Formats: sequence, structure tokens, C-alpha cells
Amino acid sequence: MSATAGPATPEELKARIEAGIPGANATVTGDGQHFSAVVSAPSFRGLSRIAQHRMVYNVFGAEVGDRIHALSIQTQPGE
Amino acid sequence: MTDESTNLMREAIERAIAENRVILFMKGSPDQPRCGFSARTVAILETVGQPFAAVDVLPDPRIRQELSALSNWPTIPQLFVDGELVGGCDIVTEMYESGELMQTLGLDADAPKEPAPEADVAPAPPMSIDNRL
Repeated sequence: MSATAGPATPEELKARIEAGIPGANATVTGDGQHFSAVVSAPSFRGLSRIAQHRMVYNVFGAEVGDRIHALSIQTQPGE
Repeated sequence: MTDESTNLMREAIERAIAENRVILFMKGSPDQPRCGFSARTVAILETVGQPFAAVDVLPDPRIRQELSALSNWPTIPQLFVDGELVGGCDIVTEMYESGELMQTLGLDADAPKEPAPEADVAPAPPMSIDNRL
């Protein structure tokens, strides 16, 4: 059960990624269905790409593939 | 759902991953991908000349449900090499461009690198493994 309703927006996704991953900085673009997120976070350091992407997907849980139809992710360890 | 048929589905997926060194779970078939992300991933594997098995997740929603539960990965496509999840379209694209994909696949890393190929999307058929090994 999600606390959010209505169509997803890039602003919402950005805010949730930044709130969900410590120190994260996100740039999100999208049309309400397909989104693309570039996320940097110091907590990515030392993790595999798979693990980094999972952290981002985990922010949204079952919403990915559903309310958030597609989420393309690029991760980078923070500066 | 943890009924008998769900367990059988999970076992079939585990077996497919164990028995095929390179296997792609996708929407549609390699010849008729039904999603741009699947199409792009197929195009990359074909560009690097990697034979692979493919499973279409669309005919039965349980395939995707059980696969995602197994892999802890929410989206399709999913590429497995040697029993391990490598990633979806984003990671495969990134690894292709950096040359890491060739390493992971055990291919010749000196092959010419081109920008990640684009691919077409077409309509398609059932859990069957399209074996291209």
C-alpha cells in the first residue's frame, strides 16, 4: 500500500529517492509512465551495480512495473 | 500464492537458469521482442555474438512473479550468466559500453565497440525456452 496516489512525477521520484537513500542526489526525468533516474550516493561505494540499482528499486517496492511503469536507473558513487 | 503450480513454476525457472549459462528473461522472443528494453538487450547480445537462451515472461504472469521473487529484481528483462543475475537493460547497456559485458560473458574484449544498438519491437507467442546456444 503506497502513501502516494495519482500519476507519478519526476519531482516525486526525486524526493523519494533522496529521502530513501542516505546522502543521495537524484536527477529524474519522465513522462508519468517511463522514468529515468541518475542517482549518486556515497552509500553506493563498494557495492555492485546490481546492489546499487536494487537500493533505488527498493525505494518504490511494488510500484515499479505498476504505478511507475518503467524506471531506468544509472548509479554513481557520490563525490 | 504458494500452491503446487507456483512451486513448479519456480522450479522450472531455477532449472532454466541452472541449465543455460546465458539466459535472458524477456518480453516477447528474440525475433519478436515486445518491449523496447528487451529488444535492446537482445540486440546487444546479438551484437557481441553471444548465444543465449530466452524465456518469454508474457504468456503467464506467474513467470514474472516467481522470477522477480527469486532474483529480487522487479523489472524485465533479466540477464543471467553462470546462474547469477547480471542485470536488466540499463546495466547490460552500461556494461556493454564499458567493455565489462564481454568480460562477464568470457568473450574477446578486443572486439570493436559500437554504440549500443537500437532494436525494433514486434508482437509474439508461450513458458518456452527459445534456445540459441
